[in-house]
Amino acid sequence: MIANIDTSLIDWSRAQFALTAMYHWLFVPLTLGLGVIQAIMETLYYRTGNEAWKKTAQFWMKLFGVNFAIGVATGLILEFEFGTNWSNYSWFVGDIFGAPLAIEGIVAFFMESTFIAVMFFGWDKVSKRFHLASTWLTIIGASLSALWILIANGWMQYPAGMSFNPDTVRNEMFDFWAVALSPVAMNKYFHTLLSGWIVGAGFVLGVSCWYLIKSRSREFALRSIKVASIFGLVAALLTAMTGDGSAYEVAQKQPMKLAAMEGLYEGGNGVGLVGIALLNPEKTYYNDGVEPLLMKIEFPKMLSMLAERDLDAYVPGIVNLIDGGYTMKDGTVALSAKEKIAKGQLAIQALANYRKALKAGDTQAAALHKATLDENFAYFGYGYIKDPTELIPSVGMTFYAFRIMVMLGGFFILLFLVALYLERKGKIADCRWMQWIALLSIPLGYIGGQAGWIVAEVGRQPWVIQDILPTSAAISKLDPASVQTTFFLFLILFTVLLIAELRILVKAIQKGPEE
Amino acid sequence: MDNTYILLQQYWWFLVSLLGALLVFLLFVQGGQSLLFTIGKTEVEQKMIMNSTGRKWEFTFTTLVTFGGAFFASFPLFYSTSFGGAYWVWMLILLCFVLQAVSYEYQSKKGNLLGKKTYRIFLILNGVLGPLLLGTAVGTFFTGAEFVVNKEQLSEVAMPVISTWANPLHGLEAAFNPWNLMLGLAVFFLSRVLALLYFINNINDVNIYDRCRSQLRKETIPFLLFFLAFVINLVLTDGFAVDPQSQVVFMQPFKYFINLTQMPAVGAVLLVGVIAVLMGISKTIFVKGWKKGIWFTGVGTVLTVLALLLCAGWNNTAYYPSLADLQSSLTIHNSCSSPFTLKVMSFVSLLVPFVLAYIYYAWRALDLRKIDSQEMNESHHTY
Repeated sequence: MIANIDTSLIDWSRAQFALTAMYHWLFVPLTLGLGVIQAIMETLYYRTGNEAWKKTAQFWMKLFGVNFAIGVATGLILEFEFGTNWSNYSWFVGDIFGAPLAIEGIVAFFMESTFIAVMFFGWDKVSKRFHLASTWLTIIGASLSALWILIANGWMQYPAGMSFNPDTVRNEMFDFWAVALSPVAMNKYFHTLLSGWIVGAGFVLGVSCWYLIKSRSREFALRSIKVASIFGLVAALLTAMTGDGSAYEVAQKQPMKLAAMEGLYEGGNGVGLVGIALLNPEKTYYNDGVEPLLMKIEFPKMLSMLAERDLDAYVPGIVNLIDGGYTMKDGTVALSAKEKIAKGQLAIQALANYRKALKAGDTQAAALHKATLDENFAYFGYGYIKDPTELIPSVGMTFYAFRIMVMLGGFFILLFLVALYLERKGKIADCRWMQWIALLSIPLGYIGGQAGWIVAEVGRQPWVIQDILPTSAAISKLDPASVQTTFFLFLILFTVLLIAELRILVKAIQKGPEE
Repeated sequence: MDNTYILLQQYWWFLVSLLGALLVFLLFVQGGQSLLFTIGKTEVEQKMIMNSTGRKWEFTFTTLVTFGGAFFASFPLFYSTSFGGAYWVWMLILLCFVLQAVSYEYQSKKGNLLGKKTYRIFLILNGVLGPLLLGTAVGTFFTGAEFVVNKEQLSEVAMPVISTWANPLHGLEAAFNPWNLMLGLAVFFLSRVLALLYFINNINDVNIYDRCRSQLRKETIPFLLFFLAFVINLVLTDGFAVDPQSQVVFMQPFKYFINLTQMPAVGAVLLVGVIAVLMGISKTIFVKGWKKGIWFTGVGTVLTVLALLLCAGWNNTAYYPSLADLQSSLTIHNSCSSPFTLKVMSFVSLLVPFVLAYIYYAWRALDLRKIDSQEMNESHHTY
């Protein structure tokens, strides 16, 4: 019997994973950012012996603890969802993907969970030095766990250091360092980690400003702002730098994502970078000739510069990527989507033929099929694509999310710069407008982070593993109703826990640092 | 097959088994949660219990996560087959662990939305369901599950899923097998026994000490009944053997008993483990004032579970048998990662002793002073 994958199963599986990942990313950035800030504050206490720094660090640690717990909870679900909802994926690339996940557990999680206990409960039980080391090791552990999972994610965007083994029907790693140190993974890691630092710094700055607005805990607030503003500025500037690196990698490895980020349908030489624009709702098909952007303000030639480090370089658009025919950097002519699909189908059929020939003991035929498979494997995933338009991600989501992320990145550089200036001049305690802006900016850091993940994950659709495995072929064979049920269970659970977390945080902030 | 590859497979089954064994020991946290209202009669007593397990819950949690990660890295076909197939069992396990992760931190905080009691009930739910479900799920390592693995399926573009479940209950059917349940209940009562021994060691309070000792007898009896029933059945039952040459899976009478005799070291570990478990319990019951039972029963638990899991996977045994298609059964050979990945992971595993050393160091630093009612009133950060 030939069965078909229910498309609603794919949609619900994606929805469930997106839900978990997005909730997870509501809590993790604050952990990453606040963790470093409180460690800096405790270091200041250790070096100066000033009890005020200890009290300041302890207050932020209290908030860190509330936030940390729910991050752990959502992270557990995320890890196991690779197996529960993406079983084909787990086998097909488990040989590569599983390793960073296991290293994350062995190297990072234990460090985090061991020393967080000392950090919380050890103030009166261990020496000052041991306590400080524990606080740093907690955040180093948290940052290392982010490293390994982002290496895994980076590998999905740019699969390196592996080859397909038709005998085991999976991809196998042959170069660990190519996986661990891939430029995509490294850029992604620093960009993501630093964006978490922005959230942490924005949170500390905003909450501290609330105390100033309320004329409470003034000294505590000013001490916190001193650390948060400089830390935030460094983070925001470095985020912009790594963002540029990330975009360059996207241009090299995922040109369709770049085209969607820019709403670029027709590519060319010396392409401009769109600053602000609206997507034209009249555009319904990729090559219908309708102008895709309305009210466009662009920076001339800057997309070429960003993508290829050359003002006049060629950048392909969606139409070019689907239709092919343009000359690529290496001088070869780009294949059309249809040609790639044909090659993918050839690879999949060659895999079937190879295994059949082996079973029949025909090694000669098997070798021939294996050669066909190897020759076409770069397009393997295209064999599961039915229509070339499936290769176009949601341009609307990717385009707007990218702009939101970039604008907020710029906003935060400005915010921390002004905050630092006012703090240095001793004016921030009396600058009411700045206090309000800082307070209202707290959610913006989260929005920026979520937008960044939408660009990264929606922009790479339909791929789970770029060019090798589409989302539709990665799933577990389940009843869509089961996934629907767990989706709503998680939705309710996470939402209730989020509300509880926010209420606890608000109460703790209202109670204050007890100076 | 390459001997190094075989060795790496055996090594990784050993590591995964060790992680599983450590996880079962660390389930004392869950056992303690399930006993919150049984042992803690006043608010201060309950607070001491909460703080006693609350300072260890992350170890259990992290071990569960690492157990999952290590299984994924070393035996990815199990990860994809069991997690994607026995969907409901794993989802229930995950749900009850999510409840635990937030409950310690939230339960005593102002503005926690659901109230202290709800979070404590969450902890009890996790305490009961966590060990019960994990034990029941691990039972399927010996009794089997209903799945089919067909790697040719990847070439079927319309339905390329390799591992499929052959039962619409997606894992819930495991609870209908009495031997799975037996193991689930044994793990549940063991977690409570371990918790009582842990409280005796970790909390400095006369009332809690007396109550724990008296409760210990009540928990030990069902634990022993369920555990012995499971083990006796295991050594008598037919097992899922693998022909090392052809890799064909077949039923072999007394397979697990044969495994213990053919791997006498594993048999000895099992025996020493069981003796250590019993010694820790009995000496605590019979020698008043002796508080080191957790170390004996804890180490015994690790050894016992390790031996049972080694018995499930070593010596040409299918560790995840398929009842729907015997030849789909997972063995450490057909479900493992590539030699290169296992080798890389093996280098990483050299860090494990270092990790264990700093856990021990940090744990000792925190536990030097036992939990008492005075600390509950004066400490900066208590649950």
